Parts: sequence; C-alpha cells; structure tokens
Amino acid sequence: MYRYLKGIRVTLSLLFFIAITFLFLDFAGLFVTSVFNGVTFLQFVPSVIKFFVIGGGLIALGFVIILIINLLVGRVYCSTVCPLGIFQDVITFFSKLFRKKKFRFKYSKPYNFLRYGILAIVVIAFLLGSVTLLALLDPYSIYGRFSSDFMRPLYILGNNLLAVIFEKLHIYAMYVVEIKHVNLLTLIIPAVFFVGIIWLAVTKGRLYCNTICPVGSFLGLVSKVSMFKLNIEDSSCTQCGKCAFACKSSCINIKTKEIDFSRCVACYNCVKSCNTESVKYKFAWVPAKKETIPPSTDKTKRDFLLKSALITVGAAGLTDVVKAVSNATAKLKPYKKKFLVTPPGSINVHHFAEKCTACHLCVSACPTGTLKPRFFESGISGLLQPYMDQSVNFCNFECVRCSEVCPTGAILPLTVEKKKLTQVGVVNFVIDNCIVYTKNTACGSCSEHCPTQAVKMVPYKGKLTIPEVNQEICIGCGACEYACPVRPYRAIYVDGNEFHKPAKKPESKKLDEKQIEEFPF
Amino acid sequence: MERRDFLRRSVFAGVATGAGLTLGSFNDVFAGNYAAPYDMVAALGGEAEVMFEKAIASLGGMKAYVKKNQTVVIKPNIGWDVSPEKAANTNPKLVGKIVEHCLQAGAKEVFVFDNTCDNWQKCYTNSGIEKAVKDAGGKIVSGKSESYYQEVQVPNGKNLKKAKVHELILNSDVFINVPVLKSHGGATLSIAMKNLMGIVWDRGFWHKNDLHQCIADFATFRKPDLNIVDAYRVMKKNGPRGVSVEDVVTMKAQLIGKDIVAIDAAATKLFGLDPANIGHIPNAEKLGVGTTQLDKLKINRIKV
Repeated sequence: MYRYLKGIRVTLSLLFFIAITFLFLDFAGLFVTSVFNGVTFLQFVPSVIKFFVIGGGLIALGFVIILIINLLVGRVYCSTVCPLGIFQDVITFFSKLFRKKKFRFKYSKPYNFLRYGILAIVVIAFLLGSVTLLALLDPYSIYGRFSSDFMRPLYILGNNLLAVIFEKLHIYAMYVVEIKHVNLLTLIIPAVFFVGIIWLAVTKGRLYCNTICPVGSFLGLVSKVSMFKLNIEDSSCTQCGKCAFACKSSCINIKTKEIDFSRCVACYNCVKSCNTESVKYKFAWVPAKKETIPPSTDKTKRDFLLKSALITVGAAGLTDVVKAVSNATAKLKPYKKKFLVTPPGSINVHHFAEKCTACHLCVSACPTGTLKPRFFESGISGLLQPYMDQSVNFCNFECVRCSEVCPTGAILPLTVEKKKLTQVGVVNFVIDNCIVYTKNTACGSCSEHCPTQAVKMVPYKGKLTIPEVNQEICIGCGACEYACPVRPYRAIYVDGNEFHKPAKKPESKKLDEKQIEEFPF
Repeated sequence: MERRDFLRRSVFAGVATGAGLTLGSFNDVFAGNYAAPYDMVAALGGEAEVMFEKAIASLGGMKAYVKKNQTVVIKPNIGWDVSPEKAANTNPKLVGKIVEHCLQAGAKEVFVFDNTCDNWQKCYTNSGIEKAVKDAGGKIVSGKSESYYQEVQVPNGKNLKKAKVHELILNSDVFINVPVLKSHGGATLSIAMKNLMGIVWDRGFWHKNDLHQCIADFATFRKPDLNIVDAYRVMKKNGPRGVSVEDVVTMKAQLIGKDIVAIDAAATKLFGLDPANIGHIPNAEKLGVGTTQLDKLKINRIKV
C-alpha cells in the first residue's frame, strides 16, 4: 500500500491541476457550469467564504471535507488539491531536470513567528471585513491569477497562431480570439508572486507553503492534532537520510528521526524514498512527549525576513501610481464614475469587495471580456478584484456566466430573467459630447446596442434623432458606453450602483399592424 | 505583413482603383455579366424559404450567379444575441436555403459571417444561423478579429475614404448580401446598405463622420452580386436590437435584386416609409450606386 501512496497523490494532483488550469484557459466555453463548480468545490478559502455568504449548505462544504481529511491524515489539500502547491511541485520537478548536480532538500527549522503571524493578521483582517490580504495570499486565488493573467494569453496566442496558419489554407474551423484588454499595472502583483514563488520552489521546495501561505499555516495547525501522522520507525531506520533529501517541506530531521507534521504536505516522497519502509503512518492520538524547539536566528531566516519585507515595501510603493488622462480634448465634458460597476449577482459593491478573493475565474469566463481586474481604482480594498469595464466591452444581456462560476459567493448565482431586471449601474447621457449635438449628424450607436431601450432615439432637429435615457429601465450593462464613438470622454456612460437595485421591466405594446396585401411599389 | 498578403492586397488595391476610375462594377470582375430577366423580384405571402425558391427561379436560378467551383460569401445580419422570433437577425431558414442553392449551383465553398455587435459565438448560436448554415453544408466563420480585416480604399466615397474589410469579402468570387428589414435608432432603417457595416471592422469612424454619408460611401465599394432582403418578420420599432417580440410584425415579404439602392428603396416602402427620408438612400443614389426610381425597373411581383 505504502508503495503506491506517492503515485496516487501524483495522479490525483495532476488531475486537479490540469482541470483547474483548463477552467481558466477555456476561452471557447467548453465546460458547463457544473464542471466549474465541481472543480472549485474543494478549494479551501473560496469554500469557507461561500459557506459564510450562503449561510451553510452542501455546495459550500468543500472545506469541511478538507478539514476532515486533514484531521485524519494531514495536509492532503496542499499536495493534491491546491493548484499553487502542485504548481510549485511541477516547477521543482522541471528544475531538477536542468541541474547538473543531484538536488537534495535538507531539513530546516520552521519560521513559526512568521507563519503564524501572517495567519493571525490575515484572519483578523478578514474577520474585520477586509478580504484584501487573504485575496493576495490565498493559494488558489494566486494560482488563478497566474492562469488568468499569464497562461491564458499565452494559450490564446498559441490558438491564434494555429488559427492564422489554418486560415491561410482556407480552413476556418479554428478562429482567432482577441486577447482581452488588460491594465498592465494589474499584472505587477501577480508577476511578483509568480517570480517569487518559482524562485522559492526551485531553491527551497515548499517554503512558501510553510511560511507565507495562510492556508498552509492553518492546515498545519490542524495537522498537529491529526489522528494519523507520518512517523519514522526507529527500529528499522538506518538514518540514511534519503527521506530528508526527498522532503520538499524540509520537515524531516534525520538526526532525531522526527517529522514536523505541521509542515508536512503529505506528498509521500519520503515514503517512496525509504529503502527500509520505515516511514509510515502511525496512530497519533496518544499522549505525546513535549517537544521544545530552540529559538533560531540563522542566516536563511534573516534573509527570508528581509526579502519578504522588501516585497511588502515594493508593493506599497505602487499605490502612488496614478492613471494619466489626456487633456488634449478640452472641448469634451469630463465625468467621473462614483462607483465602478460590479457584476450582476454581486448584490452591492461592499458585499463584492468583502467576499471576492480576486481569483479571476470570472474574468476568464466572461465571454465578452467586460470583467477586468482593477488596480487601485477603488483603493486598496478593491485591489485585483474585477469590475465591469464598459469602455472595452459590455455585459451580454443573456449571460450570467460570472455568477455561475464564482467560487466564493462574491457573485451569487442569478437567473437570466432576474439579471435582466437587476440594475448594476445606471446610464448617464452627456449631451455636450454627443455627435448628434456637436456635429449635427446621425449616430444612434448607443441606442442601437441598448437591450431595454433605456437609451432611445427621439426626434431632434429635422430628420435627426438624439438619445434620451430612461434610468428606470436601465440595467447598467454598458452597451451604450461601449458603443459610443466619442473619445476620450464619451457622450454616454454607466455609473456603478453602490447597491444593485431592481430595474423596471421595459413596457411594450402589441403593434397594431395590418398584414400587407399588395406591393407598395 | 506577409509577402503573399502584400501581393494580394496590392493587386486588390489596383483592381479597386481601376474599377473605381472606370465607374465599372466589381461584379464584372468577379461574377461576369449576367443579363437577368428582371431587375428585382418581390415576393409576398409565403414562408421565407418558399418565397426565396420562387424568386430565385424567376431570375434563372442560383446558377445564374454562382458558377461551378466558385467561392461564395454570404453576409446575413447576425448582429444580436437574440432568438429568430425577435427578428433582429436574418431568418435562419432563409440563410440555410441560400447556402443550399449555392452549393447546388456548384459552389466550391460557401462562407457565412458577420461582424456582430453582441458576443459573436452567442449570436451565431442563438440566431439559429450557425446551425442552419452547417446543416446546409456551408461554413460559418468568425468576423470578430481584426486580423481578418484588410484595409481597402473607397475612392468614390465622400467622407469614407478607406475601410478595413473582411478578407472573405475580398477573396470570394460571389458576394451575397442577406439583410433583414428592421427599424434602426441611428440609421432609421437597416436594410441592404446598412447591412454592409457588418463586413467592416472600424465602424466607429462611420458614426463619427455622418453615418448616412458613410453608409452610402461604402456602397460604392464592392456591390454585392445579389441582395436578398428578408422581410418575413419585420421589427417595426426599438431596432436594431429590439426589446421584445411585440416589436415585430409578420410581414411575409422578400426582395431580391442586384441594385442595392433600388432594393433599399423598395424595402423602405414595404416598411411604410419614404426612401427620400432615409438619409443613406438618396446619398447613395447621388453617388451613382443605384436608383430609387422603382417605376423604371422591371420588377417581378410574386404572391405566394
């Protein structure tokens, strides 16, 4: 049995990893909602938040399953379910292939102050209503951002390359996909994590998971009281050290033949490496001897603290980045949106801000590319969380995809019928910028796109018509704003609603038309 | 730009300029001269496919327009993510039937696309057009990537001097324009000329530079070899997208013809408006694209 443990773990983890990655890459919408929900069900942080949002319920019990498994046999989540954990393993695996010297991990002491400190701060902040830190450090969300922000564009680029080649051969079965509009600043934080985590994975295995990751630290605490723990059989162990070399958590002290199970990610590399089959699970709910860990201030620890501090300072410095707006077109009337528009189902901007961990799954899933991560547009609390950028595209009237895939409940599911009557923002018409007014020519682009005719063309001068807005029936999809050809300040825009509210149903009267019997020409 | 592309475009630009100078028609280059028995066929009272079959038969069948091994591009209106009953898009049954007739006439390939307003995959699916085209043996192609569009000159345009046009329009032998007749907030009506906005990429320019003039200007570019106006269901108000099925009347009409201005004028009358009041129609007539004088045309009126 023990021989197969690692194989089973590797197989399962790759399945999870590939499934999750593909969720983020899938631009063609091949997956149905249930696949999305099934794959994200076991993700710890989203599941916990969803549990709070919907007040319990089976669909949010993924984290309970993780906890039970953890309580039985340790941090299976970290090696098998967590995409960021598996990502690090994949990096470590490939980095080994490129090394001349055989790579060996070695035991290191835990950075308890740091890991429990971070965990405490993240939990306290979350309980006080700020999800920002948790969003930055939740491993699933970090990996989501890697996939959505970096891998997805590459994937699309690959697709487009093939599509163009086929197109030259007059085969149109594949199609070119437009890469979504991104604010490059929003890539900075994911990029820092990307480089940092890869570097740590190459040099230190799972140090990230055991020092910074709040989920790792929390599950580590649970591991301390697991029913079964991995243990080195004193009688058969020859202290050859192979298990410690194989341990990517650096948690096996071969001198004392001890495994720090709070840092063990249940990868079973040690089990596989042992020639004498000395590493085995042992029933641990028996009174144990007290262990004392001497305080350590070795060089690696100081290095690590310094580097983390630098990363923090670096990130803080970015708050000063200001978006420049061209003032070349002084003639146009400027406007400022009071609130960024959050997607239908997110109830209000506060609910969304407190529940979204910025995994960007909705950003990937949005078929029109309207959802986009923000930077500091709405302060630190909205960092990397998505909003509807209606200058780049608009929310499809018939679509509720984001609400279906959101794993945390920041966007709650709603039916298409309900969505069509949910006002996420409201239209504002700036006549001074309108082409019909400034140039005296026909346009109507905004009204053309409006699904409820909240923007309607009404008689103006001569044969001309000009937009007139009816805010009551506007749902804030932003089709009008997207379609308006005026730049940089448009003649029509959607201002976000702080609290989403019901929109009135557009009135419609049956037409009283007679059937044409004769040709009118 | 690739060398092949460059050559292709240069040749095309040359042809475009030449054709423009001689005031000739693109159709001469692409489809040859066919003296049709009628200038226009108008059908009334039947199902869309039935009206089409009778109308095209009276013009000598599709083989009069599509020769063996030619490539055909069909441009319906697939602009919106709505179901066929809402009549924002061309009737899928009609599109399917046209594809079928093109293939029967010996077409090598029949392509169908639109540069949609809503998300293109959703439009293609929910309009029913993707399925109709595939079932009939045609190929449905994306219109939603700038890479498909190539810049062309519009030498006879007044405001619109150039546009980025989908390569299928530039490369196909036969171009069939299949608009749906409907109300339109900006252009008053959307018919055949307005439908051509769906073969260009940079439409914002049109809205900024006198929409009616730009629509007329672009009609001087490549005139479709055939215009088939779907007026089976007609959206009378709230167009071009429409709000509900209550915006729609069942008119059961269809128009087929080569003169895009005449077609638009006749469709405007079907709708119950005066062509002189639909800015781009008189504009296009002034540019010599076609005529609004329907009484001077030979029209075959069919009641089904």
